[in-house]
Amino acid sequence: MKMVFEKRKNVSIGAQFLVPIISFLISLLLSGIMLAVFGSNPFTTFAAMFKGAFGSMNGFSETLVKAIPLMLTGLGVALAFKLKFWNIGAEGQLTMGGVATAWVALFWGNGIQGPLLLVVALLAGCVSGALWAGIPAFLKTRLKVDETLVTLMLNYVAILFSEYLYYGPWRDPKGYGFPGSAPFPENAWLPRIAGRAHAGLFFAIALALILWIVLRRTRWGFEISIIGASPKAARYQGISVERTIMLTMLVSGALSGLAGACEVTGISHRLQQGLSLGYGNTAIIIAWMSQLNPLAVPFVSLIMAGIMVGGDQVQLMMGLPSAVGTVIQGLILFPMLAGSLFTEYRVRWIKADRKPVCVEGGA
Amino acid sequence: MDLVTSILTITIRAGTSLVLATIGEILTERSGILNLGIEGIMLMGAVTSFAVSYYTHNLVLALLVAAGVGAMLAAIHAFLSVTMRANQVVSGLSVTLFGTGFASFLGQRLGPASNNFRLVGLKGAKFTPIIVPGLSDIPIIGAIFQQDLISYSMYLLVPLAWFFLFKTRPGLWLRSVGEDPKTADAMGIDVIKTKYRYTIIGGMLVALGGAHLSLSYTPGWAENLTGGRGWIVVALVIFSMWNPARSIWGALLFGGINAIQFRLQASGTTIPASFLNMAPYLGTILVLVLMTWWEALSKKVGGPAELGNAYMREDK
Repeated sequence: MKMVFEKRKNVSIGAQFLVPIISFLISLLLSGIMLAVFGSNPFTTFAAMFKGAFGSMNGFSETLVKAIPLMLTGLGVALAFKLKFWNIGAEGQLTMGGVATAWVALFWGNGIQGPLLLVVALLAGCVSGALWAGIPAFLKTRLKVDETLVTLMLNYVAILFSEYLYYGPWRDPKGYGFPGSAPFPENAWLPRIAGRAHAGLFFAIALALILWIVLRRTRWGFEISIIGASPKAARYQGISVERTIMLTMLVSGALSGLAGACEVTGISHRLQQGLSLGYGNTAIIIAWMSQLNPLAVPFVSLIMAGIMVGGDQVQLMMGLPSAVGTVIQGLILFPMLAGSLFTEYRVRWIKADRKPVCVEGGA
Repeated sequence: MDLVTSILTITIRAGTSLVLATIGEILTERSGILNLGIEGIMLMGAVTSFAVSYYTHNLVLALLVAAGVGAMLAAIHAFLSVTMRANQVVSGLSVTLFGTGFASFLGQRLGPASNNFRLVGLKGAKFTPIIVPGLSDIPIIGAIFQQDLISYSMYLLVPLAWFFLFKTRPGLWLRSVGEDPKTADAMGIDVIKTKYRYTIIGGMLVALGGAHLSLSYTPGWAENLTGGRGWIVVALVIFSMWNPARSIWGALLFGGINAIQFRLQASGTTIPASFLNMAPYLGTILVLVLMTWWEALSKKVGGPAELGNAYMREDK
C-alpha cells in the first residue's frame, strides 16, 4: 500500500469545522503534558483557567474586555490574509489607532463639544490605523517590497512612537511620573456595558457580520477571493490587483485602528503603557483558526480572550506563570496547519505494485 | 582605545548573533524553505542556553542544548511545511508565536525558588572576550581580535558556509533543490530529506545566535531579549542575496546601528531614546526597499526560485 495525496476539488466543509476544534483539543493536551512535566496538575490548572475566565460575571466581563480588541484585529488580519497579504502588523496599526484617538481626545476637546468628540476620536483612530497599514500596502503594490517584514517592523516603530509621546510631550504633568498622558475628557469615553466591557463589543460584532456579507455579496469580496487564489488569474479577468490590495489593506488597518481607539476610549481613558497586550499576534492565530471566515472570528476571539484571562488568573491564584496562556495559544496553530492538509487534499491508498496511472489534481 | 575601534568592537559583538542566524536561514532558504520562526527559535535558544549556563556553568553544554532546541523547533517547521505542505509563512509565524510564548514561560518557571522561579536578574557563566596580544593593539583591525569564542568561530563559519554552498557537491545539490526541485528529484537527489536537513541545520545556527545574546552580548535572560533581531535576520538574508559571504555586511550595518545607538545614548544626546531605538527597524525597511528596487533595476533574480513553495511530486 502506498499513500497518495489528491487535491480536493472543493475544500471539505466537515474538515473545516473539525480541524480547528481538534486542533484546540490537541493544543490543550500538549500544554497539559507540559504543565505536568513542570510539576503542575493540568486538570486543576485548566479548571482554574476556565473558572477565572467564564466562571463569574466579573471574570466574564474581563474576558469580553480582551475579546473586543481581539475580534477587531482578528477581522483585520483575516481580511488581509484572504488576499495572501501577510499583514502581521495589527499590533502597530492598533497602537497608531490609539495614538490618533488620544490626540483628538486630548487636544480637540475645546473645538468639538459633546459626544461628537468621541465619534471624531474613534474615526481618527480608524484613519490612522488605515494609513499605517497603507505604508506596507503602498510599498508592496508600487515597489513589490515584501509586506511580512515591513508590517512587522512598523509594529516596533509604532510602539516606540507611542512611548515617546507618553514619556515625552504628552506626559501628564499631574501624573507623578506615571508613564501616561493626561486623562481624556469624559465626553470622549466609550460607554461601558458590563464591568469594564464597553460598547466596542457592538462595533466588533456588527463589523463581523457586515464583513461576512460584503465578502460574499459584493464585487470587492469576489475580487479578494480571486486574487487570494491566484493573482495571475485575477489579472486576466481585468481585476486591478494593486487597487484591491490597497483598498483591502486600508480596511484591514482601519479595523485594527478601531481596536486601539476602543482600548483608549473604553478602558484606559488615556494613552499609556501596555496599550496592546500582544493582541496583534494573537489575531494571527484567531484569523487562521477562523479559517479566515469573519463570522467565526468573534467566537474564536472569545476563546482566545478566555485563555488570556485564565492565564492571568492561574498566575494570581496558583503562582503559575501567566505565559501558560500564550503557550496554549502558540500550540494551537501546529495541529491546525497539519490538519489543513486534510481540508485541501484527500488521502488515498494505492496498491504499491500498481503505478498510479493518473492522479488528477483539482487545480 | 580610539572611538572607531571601540565602535567596531561593539559592532562585531552585536553582529555575531545576526551572522550566525543569517547563515542558518540562508542554508534553509536555499533548500526552498522559508522559516519565519527565527525570532521564536532565537528566544528559545537564548532562554535554554542561559538556564543551562546558570545551573551547570558549562558553556559547551549550554550551546549544545540551544542547538538541540533549535533543531527541534526547526523540525516542527520542516514537518509542517514539507510533509504536511502547510503554508510556510503561517507555519513559520506559528513557530515564532509558540517559541516566544514558551520562552517567556520557561523564563518564569526554570529559575530557582529563591528567585520566585524566574530567570530574570540571575547571572550565569558567560563568554568573555579573548584578547589576542599584539594584534588587538592595531587600530581599527584590532577590534577583530578582542572578541569571544563564538565570534571567533563565526569568522571561520562565514568562509566555510560560502565554500560549502558554492564549491562542493552537496552545496550544489542543496541549491538545486531550492531552484528546481523537480529536476533535482529526477537527478536522484532526495528533495524531502534535503529540505529537512537544511531546515534543521539552519534552526541550530539560529538558536546558537540566540545563545550568543544571553551568554555574551547581554548576559542573562530578559523577556523579549531578541527585540526583533530574528525578523531583522529575515531581511539580512535578502540583503546578502542568499550568499553567506555577504552576510557580514548586513550584520556590520545593523551591529553598527546598535553600536552607534549605544554610543549616542551614553554621550547624553538630545535625540529621545525612543527615536534612537527605532533606527534598526526603520533601517530594515529601508534596506528592503533599496534591495527590491535594485533587484528590479538590475533584473537579477533574487532568491531561490522555488522559495516558499511546497514540493509535491503528484502535483502538476
